[in-house]
Amino acid sequence: MTGQPLPEPAASPTATDAGVPSTSRPPRPRWRETLGLLLRNPTAAGSALVLLGIVLMAIFDESIAPSGANQISVEDRLQAPSWEHPFGTDDLGRDILSRVILGAGVSLRVGFLAVGIALLIGTVIGLLAGYYGRWVDDVLMRFMDMLFAFPAVLLAIAILAVRGPGSGNTALAIGIVYVPIFARVTRASVLGVREEVYVRASRSVGASDLRLLTRHVLPNAAPPIIVQTSISLAFAVLAEAALSFLGLGTQPPNPSWGLMLAEGRGYIDLAWWLAFFPGMAIFLTVLCFNLLGDGLRDVLDPRQRTLMAGGGR
Amino acid sequence: MGVSVIVFALVQLVPGDPIRLALGTRFDQETYDALLERSGLDQPLVQQYFNWAGRALTGDLGVSFRSGETVTSLIAERLPATLTLAFASIVVALAIAIPLGTVSALRPRSLVDRFATVISQFGISVPDFWMAIVLILVFAGTLGWLPSGGYVPLSEDPLGWLQRLILPALVTGTVSGSVITRFVRSSVLEALGSDHVRTAQAKGLRTRQVFGWHVLRNALLPLVTVTGVQLAYLLSGVVVVEIVFSWPGLGQLALQAVQARDYPVLQGAILLFAVVFLVINLVVDVLYTAIDPRIRR
Repeated sequence: MTGQPLPEPAASPTATDAGVPSTSRPPRPRWRETLGLLLRNPTAAGSALVLLGIVLMAIFDESIAPSGANQISVEDRLQAPSWEHPFGTDDLGRDILSRVILGAGVSLRVGFLAVGIALLIGTVIGLLAGYYGRWVDDVLMRFMDMLFAFPAVLLAIAILAVRGPGSGNTALAIGIVYVPIFARVTRASVLGVREEVYVRASRSVGASDLRLLTRHVLPNAAPPIIVQTSISLAFAVLAEAALSFLGLGTQPPNPSWGLMLAEGRGYIDLAWWLAFFPGMAIFLTVLCFNLLGDGLRDVLDPRQRTLMAGGGR
Repeated sequence: MGVSVIVFALVQLVPGDPIRLALGTRFDQETYDALLERSGLDQPLVQQYFNWAGRALTGDLGVSFRSGETVTSLIAERLPATLTLAFASIVVALAIAIPLGTVSALRPRSLVDRFATVISQFGISVPDFWMAIVLILVFAGTLGWLPSGGYVPLSEDPLGWLQRLILPALVTGTVSGSVITRFVRSSVLEALGSDHVRTAQAKGLRTRQVFGWHVLRNALLPLVTVTGVQLAYLLSGVVVVEIVFSWPGLGQLALQAVQARDYPVLQGAILLFAVVFLVINLVVDVLYTAIDPRIRR
């Protein structure tokens, strides 16, 4: 438990490998191979392609969008989809297509930030709990259980009530809500890895805990965490939309998909396109993250299929 | 205990002065002080916690800052709507998941299986509030078959109750059903491939016997777990769907409490949700031992 990399040469990979027959080391996921397998799955490859498109759209949003997100044009208000406005216009005459494109950035930023927070904190907690066991495990996981006992949406709402609305706080709220899920997945995976021969061998030749955790335990425990990341991205995008829909997330006039849905709801009888297209954008993004998660699971971690199906919803 | 501390602490962190908010813009210092003293907010936090937790144990969750009603009565008022929607949704979810999951497990990679995968993927990915809006547009707007929202008690108007229940239950039921379908499919598949099922088939038992006694019983365990999780979610997490359908449930109450900084109501609601979650977990554990006697050891 020194937390310091050990200086002795015994801790070097060569020395570790020399002490253990090479067959005892499980095949680590090789990235090129994994990617190849993933791309051979048409659903996963297609989803990855669509997501790539959405990410590019979010990066180059201002240069692709036909008009500005908040360019108001009263004479064009509530126009049905046409060549000029493929997704129609809203009650202020703003082009919905442009707002959907510019909303991609908001949704993805919040989604990635939220999952990043959950991934970082949850993985560290799960790693420590799973590796050290005993009281460390008890204390950390009981706390995680407590956090898990709160309904996700309400916990996020309560955090937003404390911190105030806005994109950054939405990401923080969603991130905190997903910490226990990452902690659990990581812990379960670490439990399966920590008694492996290569970990024990490395420990017996004097590798420090930090080295064991970062060089041996984490890389071998990673596949379920990667799968969980993709699935959580789907739910984070969904949660951002829901919180913005409630008026607690992204604030107007910023174009967030959830917020656009909320604005369009009032015009549902008059202009269906206001709510339809932002909803389709959320659905498509979430669907692709889910399908990619399924594909990743098939490639990286087939055993987890039943355990994690359905994620945190 | 831990849960109650978190609930209390979280709610205390909410910024804004609840007394000021409850009184509006025009009030005098005397009224303010009187209300502050009556609500106990002038006492130290630790004492406030013990006062609150002690009373909560006896079922007294305090009085709403906003309406002056007791939190228990406010929750009791909303409970029927929430319970109705949650149980109706679970019925819809199981009605979708059990047949779809079982059939697709019995015929893996068939057309039915692919259809089931598409349906469950759709349900997991679709934003429930968007689906709600689209259904309202189609069934309430264009077709005019069903009302777009609201709630009437069963005792007052059974037909109106059912009509208003269909759309929200369909939305939340589809989402939960999609999650459950995946579990049913994989657990039935796993049970079908197990040794004891092969033995039962080899023994010459009829398909129905094998399926009913050996497959379903083993597939039931994960189904109970996931149904429990989904029920807990439905009892607490469908705030957005409640808002879209103007369904006067607990989620809506909690959201209003957040917006009004109504501490006692928010504390009461969140505590109730956390307790519901724990109770459902307990019930699931009890059901486990009933389904699988090996766990009793």
